[in-house]
Amino acid sequence: MRCGDFKESYFEDEKIFQTFFVKFWLGVLCVFLVVLPLVGNDYVLYIANLIGIAIIGAVGLNLLTGCTGQISLGHAAFVGVGGYATAVLMTRYGVPFWFALPLAGGVAALVGLIIGIPSLRVKGLYLCIATLAAQFILEWIFVHWESVTQGIRGINVPPPQIGDLVFRTEKTFYYITLVVAVLGVGFARNILRTKWGRAFFAIRDRDLAAEMMGINLFRYKLVAFALSSFYAGIAGGLWVAFMKVVTPEHFPFGLSIEYLAMIIVGGLGSILGSIFGAIFMVMVPELLNVVTGATREIYPGLDQLFIPMKDVIFGSLIVLFLIFEPHGLAEMWHRLKSFFTLWPFSY
Amino acid sequence: MNWAEPVVVYGLLTMFVKVDFFRAVCRGLFAASIQEGTMDIIPQIIVSGLAVGGVYGLIALGFVLIYKATSILNLATGQFMTLGAFVCLSVLSYAAVPFPVALVVTLGFAALLGIIIERIILRPLIGEPIISVIMVTIGLASILKGLTQIIWSPDYRSFPQIFPPEPLDLHYAIVPSGLLWGFLFAMVCMVIFALTFQYTRTGLAMRATASNQQAALSMGISVKSVFALSWSLAAITAAVGGIIIGNISGISIHLGDIGLKVLSVIILGGLDSIVGAIVGGFIIGLLENFAGVYLDTLLGGGTKDVVPFVVLVIIIMIRPYGMFGKQIIERV
Repeated sequence: MRCGDFKESYFEDEKIFQTFFVKFWLGVLCVFLVVLPLVGNDYVLYIANLIGIAIIGAVGLNLLTGCTGQISLGHAAFVGVGGYATAVLMTRYGVPFWFALPLAGGVAALVGLIIGIPSLRVKGLYLCIATLAAQFILEWIFVHWESVTQGIRGINVPPPQIGDLVFRTEKTFYYITLVVAVLGVGFARNILRTKWGRAFFAIRDRDLAAEMMGINLFRYKLVAFALSSFYAGIAGGLWVAFMKVVTPEHFPFGLSIEYLAMIIVGGLGSILGSIFGAIFMVMVPELLNVVTGATREIYPGLDQLFIPMKDVIFGSLIVLFLIFEPHGLAEMWHRLKSFFTLWPFSY
Repeated sequence: MNWAEPVVVYGLLTMFVKVDFFRAVCRGLFAASIQEGTMDIIPQIIVSGLAVGGVYGLIALGFVLIYKATSILNLATGQFMTLGAFVCLSVLSYAAVPFPVALVVTLGFAALLGIIIERIILRPLIGEPIISVIMVTIGLASILKGLTQIIWSPDYRSFPQIFPPEPLDLHYAIVPSGLLWGFLFAMVCMVIFALTFQYTRTGLAMRATASNQQAALSMGISVKSVFALSWSLAAITAAVGGIIIGNISGISIHLGDIGLKVLSVIILGGLDSIVGAIVGGFIIGLLENFAGVYLDTLLGGGTKDVVPFVVLVIIIMIRPYGMFGKQIIERV
């Protein structure tokens, strides 16, 4: 009996789907995801949409923070830029959603490039503060650049459509989210196998050493910023089209923290981790919601405490994972898998 | 000044059209400063800017204390402020004790909180990458914010009168009582801290740890207790800052947002410089107040909260170590 998965060539090592079992279970997952709208109710699909959007945003942030090691506290602002770009393009210029979405990603990437410029000069703590400042400056612009963003009133966005098919309900929109999320995850997973991905990891591990090996820091750091904000922009565009409205309150500093929490809980530098983290962090408030709803008769005041309780739980999750499981859920998943692979001889 | 009017009109027009953002700002600034009447408010702006700046300096001191001792940027400072202000308010209103007693209780609570947090949350992360340490303070901020909201409900509250209400009239400017006493209070605290640092054995131990941990350890200084002390002192400065600001503008859960604004103060002054924190506090206080008067009308309000962050970005781009910080930035 094979007691492990041994690779004999680089080609095998670089394959995305390494074994038959991986392919099989991915196939099962795909079938499940495609038939989910047929069996799930609106609430389930609403959650599924939220998870899909969160996955795209989290993968983007993980490319920047987890893989390249550049901390960003302004991810929500890029999501917002994408959201506003989509809304403005669709309502003011009549661009169909299908073109507005990638364009919005491009706009967010451009803003990300500008915000990324300090990363060429400073790193660590200082970069973290610079992106934090960017978050607040962009948030202020969302509120006060009224001629474009319509301030706190926000912009109403029509649902996307192809011909007569209008993606208005959770059920139909789910397919858009699914396709975009799968594309996004696949692209990210692939990019990590290329020259770019290796450059990202090298910069994270030691930037000076990476530069000595001939990696152009200037270029790859900006690429990472642009890529990450592109993902954020796409997530924002989807969010806006899903919610059918965009206002400044949708992209607060708290959302940036939520995204960071996703990649920390999921696993820094791991695409699988971003997916786990996004699912986990979307499910936690929903579970909390269910719990507060179920105990309403016993503790009537509990649902008013929903938001602060969410804060406490998110904060505790960040702290606990950082202290006890810095590699996140992805690492737990690996350990679980290897436990069964190697059982009963786990040494 | 009969030529002032066209300028004002032009400034307003540019503002409404908003063709060119920067031109509008420049014209507007120019127009506003030569307008009759607004000349008189400049001393007023300066005085209140300095007063607010003093409080910012005190809060910034909390950041600097922790950064010097442990190289951690405590992003939960704002929540320490809120918590301190709420504890003080509760002690005042439920125990009905005079303010000095409530202050002592609050400071004791803050010191204890600082020590506990350092021991439980920060110490396991010594030597971890910077992202973990920053994120843990963010997580901490989230926890504290939620807990504060659960315990004290998110409503806005006003602070009971603890300082004499008469404002100070300087003839050319009037200082509201809250600002005046807050400023004095902050100054006293800062002087106490500065003297402690300079002239006591504890202060010496803290300075030694800041300059070289290994050397300090081998000289018999307990670096662990210095860490704990730094956190408790930082919690104390934050609590005092929270009480002062709560006294000026009332307490709500959003009081803590000022904690992030103060980041611009420490970046401007230099992350590891106590002098920088104080001077930076004054500069940011002034800039913010000027922006609040001159830029708000042009850009549609709220500039007070965003100008510090703009300053922060500019400083990070041109001089990341700030005015007085040590130049140990590694160029990449």
